[in-house]
Amino acid sequence: MSENTNAIDAVTAVRPSPGEKYFPKFEVTPELTEKAKELIALYPEGKEQSAILPIIHHIQEEFGYVCPEAMPWIAEMCKSTPVHVAGIVTFYPGIHRTCPGKYHIRICRTIACAMAGSEELLPYICKKINVDPASMTDDEPMAVSPDGLWSIEAVECLANCGFGPNVMINDTLYSQVTRRKIDELIAEYKKK
Amino acid sequence: MSKKPALLPKDEAAAEGKVNVQINGKWYRFPKGTRIADACNSVGVHVPCFCYHPKLSVAGSCRMCLVEQGMPPRLAPGATPTYNEDGYQTIQWMPRAIIACANTVAENMGIRTDGKLCTEARRGVLEFLLTNHPLDCPICDQAGECKLQEYTSDYGSGTHRFTEAKTKKGKNLSIGPRVNLDQERCVLCRRCVRFMKEIVGEEVLGVVGRGTHNAITCYPGMQLDSNYSMNVVDLCPVGALTSKDFRFKMRVWFLKSTPTIDVNCGTGTNINIWTREQKVYRITPRQNDEVNSCWMPDSHRLNYKYINAPERILTPLVKTDAKAPQRPSTWDATLNLVVEQLHKCAPVEVAIIASARMTNEELYMARALARQLGVTKFDIVPRKGENDGMLISEDRNPNSNGAKLILNKTGAGLATIRRGVKNGSIRSLIVLGEDVTQEAGIPAEDLAELDYLLVMAHSESATTKAADVVLPGVTFAEKYGTMINVAGRIQRLNKAIEPLGESRSEWSIMRELTELLGCDCPRVIACPSPMMILEEMALEFEPMKGLTWGNIGNEGKVILDTGVTIPLIEREKSKK
Repeated sequence: MSENTNAIDAVTAVRPSPGEKYFPKFEVTPELTEKAKELIALYPEGKEQSAILPIIHHIQEEFGYVCPEAMPWIAEMCKSTPVHVAGIVTFYPGIHRTCPGKYHIRICRTIACAMAGSEELLPYICKKINVDPASMTDDEPMAVSPDGLWSIEAVECLANCGFGPNVMINDTLYSQVTRRKIDELIAEYKKK
Repeated sequence: MSKKPALLPKDEAAAEGKVNVQINGKWYRFPKGTRIADACNSVGVHVPCFCYHPKLSVAGSCRMCLVEQGMPPRLAPGATPTYNEDGYQTIQWMPRAIIACANTVAENMGIRTDGKLCTEARRGVLEFLLTNHPLDCPICDQAGECKLQEYTSDYGSGTHRFTEAKTKKGKNLSIGPRVNLDQERCVLCRRCVRFMKEIVGEEVLGVVGRGTHNAITCYPGMQLDSNYSMNVVDLCPVGALTSKDFRFKMRVWFLKSTPTIDVNCGTGTNINIWTREQKVYRITPRQNDEVNSCWMPDSHRLNYKYINAPERILTPLVKTDAKAPQRPSTWDATLNLVVEQLHKCAPVEVAIIASARMTNEELYMARALARQLGVTKFDIVPRKGENDGMLISEDRNPNSNGAKLILNKTGAGLATIRRGVKNGSIRSLIVLGEDVTQEAGIPAEDLAELDYLLVMAHSESATTKAADVVLPGVTFAEKYGTMINVAGRIQRLNKAIEPLGESRSEWSIMRELTELLGCDCPRVIACPSPMMILEEMALEFEPMKGLTWGNIGNEGKVILDTGVTIPLIEREKSKK
């Protein structure tokens, strides 16, 4: 959180991102409500809170991230409280509070991949997609490129340690990634 | 192996529904299902804990209560257990410590809190808790009653091995109208979160973030504004949640705490009044599982300012002439004047309005005064409010049951007195401990029409301003006495500070006045203290039979069956 934001307000502070143009803006539509109800119905009555996480995942899939306005809505749907939802959203690093770019790069920084070269790869990718690695902090682990096309985030184990360094772009895993492979991948995705 | 005793301790204990547990080498018996932490604390073996609170669900997150535990070894198939000469099996100690709050006792269990394992565990936990703690005890309100401070001095290591930068979190955050939050001091016990969820049912507090960035917070735009919010300040084992009212007012070690009861409603919440010299600094709830559990409403907690307010009347006030202003006077002169004036009044034209905010002892003396004067128009002021479904009773008088028992008054005759004052059939009025312009509904204009108005009160009000004579009484913090709460429980008020200025406790004013008016009944005039009045009452009133100041105790005693219950206590009992 920045020095002058109140620590309480920081939880729901709006975090603008150039990636927003590639995702629809969060909006409670009848379809979304229907989907939430469907997810809630998977759990027994009185256990509506169990659906919070699946709904968060759905929202992240649809809108790219969980925006501050979504939290009270989820709480209302799941008969929970906004602070409980905020607790879940802030707990998991996999739940984004900033909109990622169109292509979200996850690079593994766990020991096996780091030794295999991901440590040097990270600044290289950052340079390629034009972001500052220093902007990736504990509070804001994701950096989005100014054109909104790319975002990068260092993550823990991608469960493929034998073939490091591992990089995941959106939901596709790439192993034994080298600088050359990065160049190829970026060129390939740019064409899409 | 010696001979097996006829009846083993385990069978004896099982017959009582209990289990044998060895704590630090000594054997004790506890009911089945007792938590290890409670068991240890009940026999004087202190188990330190941050997150565990007997009234809240178990979180088991602080790890402070780690103890060494052992059970008898598991037997090989077909083997029979062997017992030592005392009838116990050998204990096989586990190599790791367990938390005492989330585990219950079992037959033949061994607990050790003084071993190396435990000491090391506690030291380790404290070292981690202090890695990001700001160590700002010199400016922290909790210092002196801080669990982190106490445990660090008891079990912590004297040095700090962490040289890394500490995590920065929110400081001095206002999370509600009465509570402030410092996230850096927090040890994340989540007692406040559980209290708001489980007891109050308003989940406004939560934990956000992960790992070292974990912090207690209120959801932005929401506030911790429940009338029970300040209980989280008492619950907080460290200085993370502090009371806005008490912040930076006084170091707690300078304060003296006096156990007494709250007088804002009929519940009679058990409290401690914290004072230094003649000033009240704060009020905190005192545990009584039959009255208020461990909690109290904020509205009652903060209603103490009038005790040291400038509105207090500190000397007797006398109006020498009908139109003259009130002048301070001395007690002797004032009481003699009052006696002279009261002798002039015809008893049929006099009414007395007493208060159900008075103690039983005061009500007893008020009755003696009324009898001495021969006054029959005598009643109290009823005060009704809304029951909040927690601890606040709809009866806003703390001693309605006492008034009913001792005076046989419930306020039904108040309307007659009000009419009498209006139509002039009552020429003189004696008001004891009430502002009759408020709930009693006697307007100040009507009071001005009276020939004589005698008021006994601790603070200035529209009634005292209209009075011919004002006798300065005291507040609940300055007197001894007993009150009977809505559930029929008699409880003690203890004196926390001496009466301010020239003020005197009401029972003694009324006793002297009754004596000066010519009463010679030794059961009234020979009472030297509220404790003796209580013994007099015990002889007269059947429900009070056998009561003494001592045997009421700090928890009180049920003497009446009123059928009234306290909602929060009922909920707590039904959970068990």
